[in-house]
Amino acid sequence: MTGALGNMDDLYEAIILDHYRSPRNTAPVEEADVDFEVNNPFCGDEFHIQLKVENDAVAKVGITGRGCAISQASASLLAELVEGKSSDEVHAAVSSIRRLLKGEEITDEEADVLGDIEALAGVRKFPVRIKCALLSWVGLDDALKAHQTG
Amino acid sequence: MSNPEFGSRVFDVDAIRADFPILQRKINGNDLVYLDNAATTQKPNQVIKSLVDYYEQTNANVHRGVHTLSIEATDGYELARTKVAKFINAPRPEEVIWTRNTSESLNLVAATWAEANVGEGDNIVITAMEHHSNIVPWQQLADKKGAELRYLPHNEEGLIELDSATGVIDYRTKIVAVTHMSNVLGTINPVAKLAERAHSVGAVILVDAAQSVPHMPVDVQALDADFLCFSAHKMLGPTGIGVLWGKYDLLEAMPPYMFGGDMILEVTYEDASWNDLPYKFEAGTPNIADAIATGAAVDYLTELGMDNVWQHEQELTDYAMEQILSLGSVRVLGPQNPALRGGVISFIHDTIHPHDLGTALDQQGIAIRTGHHCAMPLVRSFDVVAAARVSFYIYNTKSEVDAFVSGLCETEGYFSR
Repeated sequence: MTGALGNMDDLYEAIILDHYRSPRNTAPVEEADVDFEVNNPFCGDEFHIQLKVENDAVAKVGITGRGCAISQASASLLAELVEGKSSDEVHAAVSSIRRLLKGEEITDEEADVLGDIEALAGVRKFPVRIKCALLSWVGLDDALKAHQTG
Repeated sequence: MSNPEFGSRVFDVDAIRADFPILQRKINGNDLVYLDNAATTQKPNQVIKSLVDYYEQTNANVHRGVHTLSIEATDGYELARTKVAKFINAPRPEEVIWTRNTSESLNLVAATWAEANVGEGDNIVITAMEHHSNIVPWQQLADKKGAELRYLPHNEEGLIELDSATGVIDYRTKIVAVTHMSNVLGTINPVAKLAERAHSVGAVILVDAAQSVPHMPVDVQALDADFLCFSAHKMLGPTGIGVLWGKYDLLEAMPPYMFGGDMILEVTYEDASWNDLPYKFEAGTPNIADAIATGAAVDYLTELGMDNVWQHEQELTDYAMEQILSLGSVRVLGPQNPALRGGVISFIHDTIHPHDLGTALDQQGIAIRTGHHCAMPLVRSFDVVAAARVSFYIYNTKSEVDAFVSGLCETEGYFSR
């Protein structure tokens, strides 16, 4: 898009708007092993994240929340990514996304794992919005670690 | 000095705008449209120059030396206090205490007057539309004292109905602490009537005037307030300085807030006695430069006349409400009648989240506030976690309102692509 808002295209790529409008994996998870809420008190963004963990892998995920397009799309992309992934793979992906958003290089292998999620990299040009993109990822990572250490 | 209500200068927005260097800035290639005045206002040359002049010509410590600079600094510092006193029609300048900001003023009253006067089983009354800084100090105090914190409710339109005060303010109420104008809803509260209620049960009334003193004539005697708090940075002045005004006898009876230099009369190795008002509450070297610049801000507003300031903002608010509501895609929080509110309009868009809107408007040079506005319980009561807010001041124009509305439409177009 051109005009005054053309610079926003990096932030609001088509894939981001698609996930914002139609978030994936929002259904509640029955008998969830991990069930927690995470929020950013500064902007009010909040998520309810549920996981079913089987054989140290995420068998099922459900994420619902309220917030801006970036936080909601990011959570939806996350929900799509983690299903079927082992805990280690999830931790590695969260590490990749953190470095990606900080502006650090990630390897081709990491980029392959992230796939569509690389679209979030445009957030780097809008530093105040990075926390929007990271909220659900950091929350899920922490909750999964807490679950592992039981 | 002219009457603060009427002013000696013609209210000419173009001439006013020429006093504000920051309005020349481009933001993301566009003219700055600054609509975040409830957070902080911009500063005119007169205020900036007063800071520079002080540091270039006068800088010295106050109330200490016999040398020329110290005498001049002291005179400037005390003259600014006198200007503030006159601006709010305080009977005596010694009733004006310099603090860091409204929050510190509120904390000072909670930690001194209320600490000494609120006991177990007593209650503290605030409204359900307070800023966090007029909630948390009272929560802490109530908890510590075994007192009850009560809330005056507002109706759906964000107005406090005085009938609702019956049964909330009672004979165990020690202090009623209310915002004069809500920073979220724009509601102007019936402070004088609440003061009457408070006094009828022997309670005192504290007014959080952070959003009113900058925008309308405020007369502490007409309100019959006991304490009144505000910040300079929301009224053209510098950050880091605020005011606590209190009735002389109340301040006189209160214990000090902080201890140190300037606030003592005599110190022995065993004991100390307190200085007179206002110095009892001004421990240590004060914020001299910013106090003097606050005086310059008061001069600027006094020259314009607070009635004219209020009138200008009412016209803008009226116009903006009409424009925003005509979009059909936006819900405005608070009173729909512009005459019942100040120049603060918080709103929620049907489909665009406040933060996405804030980023999109910033791309167009338009600065608005987004989030919970330091009033989480209030914003949540509207079943949202965040809202967008525009707020006006003396330099804003109808064409800036137009720019905002067209920026909003542009953003709607962008997100519906």
